[in-house]
Amino acid sequence: MKFSDLLRLTVTTFVVYRMRSFLTGLGIAIGVAAVILLTSIGEGLHQYLLDEFSQFGTNIITIQPGKSQTHGGNAGIFGSIKPLTMEDSDALHRVPHIEFVNPSVQGNAEIRAEGKSRRSFVYGAGPDFPRAFKMKVQMGNFLPDDEAGQSRNFVVLGHKVRQELFSNTNPLGGYVRIGGERYRVIGVMESKGQILGFDMDDIVYIPAARALEMFNRAGLIEINVNYQPSADPNKVVESIKSILTARHGREDYTVITQEQALEVMNSVLGVITFAVAAIGAISLLVGGVGILTIMTMAVTERTGEIGLLRALGAKQQQVLMLFLGEAILLSAAGGLAGLIIGMGAAQALHALMPSLPVQIPVFFAVLAESTAILIGLAAGVIPARRASMMDPVEALRTE
Amino acid sequence: MIAFSNVNRDFLVGDQQVHALRDINLTLGAGEYVSIMGPSGSGKSTLLNLIGLLDRPSSGVYKLDGLDVTTLDDEEQARVRREKIGFVFQFFHLVPRLTAAMNIELPLILGGVEVEERKERVAKLLESYGLKDRAEHRPEQLSGGQRQRVAIARATIMHPSVLLADEPTGNLDSATGKEVIRLLEQLTEQGVTLIMVTHDRDNGNRALRQITMVDGRIVGDKRKSD
Repeated sequence: MKFSDLLRLTVTTFVVYRMRSFLTGLGIAIGVAAVILLTSIGEGLHQYLLDEFSQFGTNIITIQPGKSQTHGGNAGIFGSIKPLTMEDSDALHRVPHIEFVNPSVQGNAEIRAEGKSRRSFVYGAGPDFPRAFKMKVQMGNFLPDDEAGQSRNFVVLGHKVRQELFSNTNPLGGYVRIGGERYRVIGVMESKGQILGFDMDDIVYIPAARALEMFNRAGLIEINVNYQPSADPNKVVESIKSILTARHGREDYTVITQEQALEVMNSVLGVITFAVAAIGAISLLVGGVGILTIMTMAVTERTGEIGLLRALGAKQQQVLMLFLGEAILLSAAGGLAGLIIGMGAAQALHALMPSLPVQIPVFFAVLAESTAILIGLAAGVIPARRASMMDPVEALRTE
Repeated sequence: MIAFSNVNRDFLVGDQQVHALRDINLTLGAGEYVSIMGPSGSGKSTLLNLIGLLDRPSSGVYKLDGLDVTTLDDEEQARVRREKIGFVFQFFHLVPRLTAAMNIELPLILGGVEVEERKERVAKLLESYGLKDRAEHRPEQLSGGQRQRVAIARATIMHPSVLLADEPTGNLDSATGKEVIRLLEQLTEQGVTLIMVTHDRDNGNRALRQITMVDGRIVGDKRKSD
């Protein structure tokens, strides 16, 4: 029997049992559409989060104090961790291929000006902060590069802080009180909006050394290092480690490259997308049960036809192929419809809610369609086998 | 060409052994016109199914054209059925969703015959069976006589040497029945062996060789002398 004939015979059953075939195919279509829609949203979120994270640039290395380690015996002297200091930060300027080094201390404090007060995020930063994190100063200047130990009480306001405290008056040259100390406003940052829910405009920037004092901290929360994009990150990490280890006596700090951080996030988000696809696949499985049901019915209904085909000289294997082909074609057609529905729904969702990132993943589209076909095959095997094993005499007797 | 020697066919119905056929010895030649008659349950249909390779004997040997077909596997038996045997049934057994032309074409499709040749052979048969203007009709749109003509066309499209008819007129009025019988008789003139199971004495008596069965045995086997 030729493939084209198999197709032709199968299509005739679809035409006769239109409604039934449509509904069965719909079961699979809904499953595939669910997989496509869910993974589109998952993949969109994935891409969105990666973009958010990498908008500061991808050539950033973060150094944090402390290292998770397990020691044998008494932690004792090994357990003590030296803080990362401003001097450590300054020392990292010697690392080759380095563009910027930014010491960072963060905390919350009350900020007062013009008789108003507001609790905001206080970020102790170095003079290179805007360039390191691709942020722009809207008016005035960012913090100056003061001599170590002689940082002046200067502050740069976030866009929102400025609006809340100074409304439309020019804040430059004015004074604000942060945690009880007087700071002179020398600049205002451009609005950056929210990143992952954190308002980047509700921040004030003061020199890291002043922030250490204000929050009464022994060391920095982290040091951010930008390297030249052309540089080999592994070599930069090595240089950083050799300098810091020389200063601390041992490796009591952790170096995280942006790449590593992105990799971790990538794999976490990948798992989420996969989990979401698996949930969609459940409805695909239900669609498979539909095919099993309909094929079982079809074999029973067409028993006489099966007997006839055998009498006309059909081999068992040909009968098997006829019914199996029907199941596979049903699921493949349903799956294809599901792809179209799913992609359409994803696009429509994106059109309705532009803030919801949607991206149709080709991998899951292919996976869903092949799973649909595989499910058709699996659901068709049992009924098709039953059809092929029928005793032709018995089959012909049923009318 | 058809030779049964000591063929038995037993069924197990519940826990009871039923002997549908007992020690059948039968030889049929090419182009013979045979009727098999007998009461219900006498084993007529079982004999027909065995000849048509739809069933296997419990014991004994069946040779078709000198070949022992009882030992063939499913695939070989299917090929023999397709190439040598045609079936005509009481209830026509047309596939309801296929057109008359496609029903006739089915054996060719199963045999993997090329499309052009198929079209040609189907068209020829439609013409000679007077079904030309019914080619694209479905079975439900055809009269009983037309349906049985489609069935006969389907049974003969592979040019079988044996045509097996199980009560071919059982579902037709007598006039149409006679027409169908005449059609089948014409085929014997072309050298096809026609074996017809029937309850109808008139039809049965037309056959040149008349076999009578009772309780799974052949009790009568007479030939028309003329």
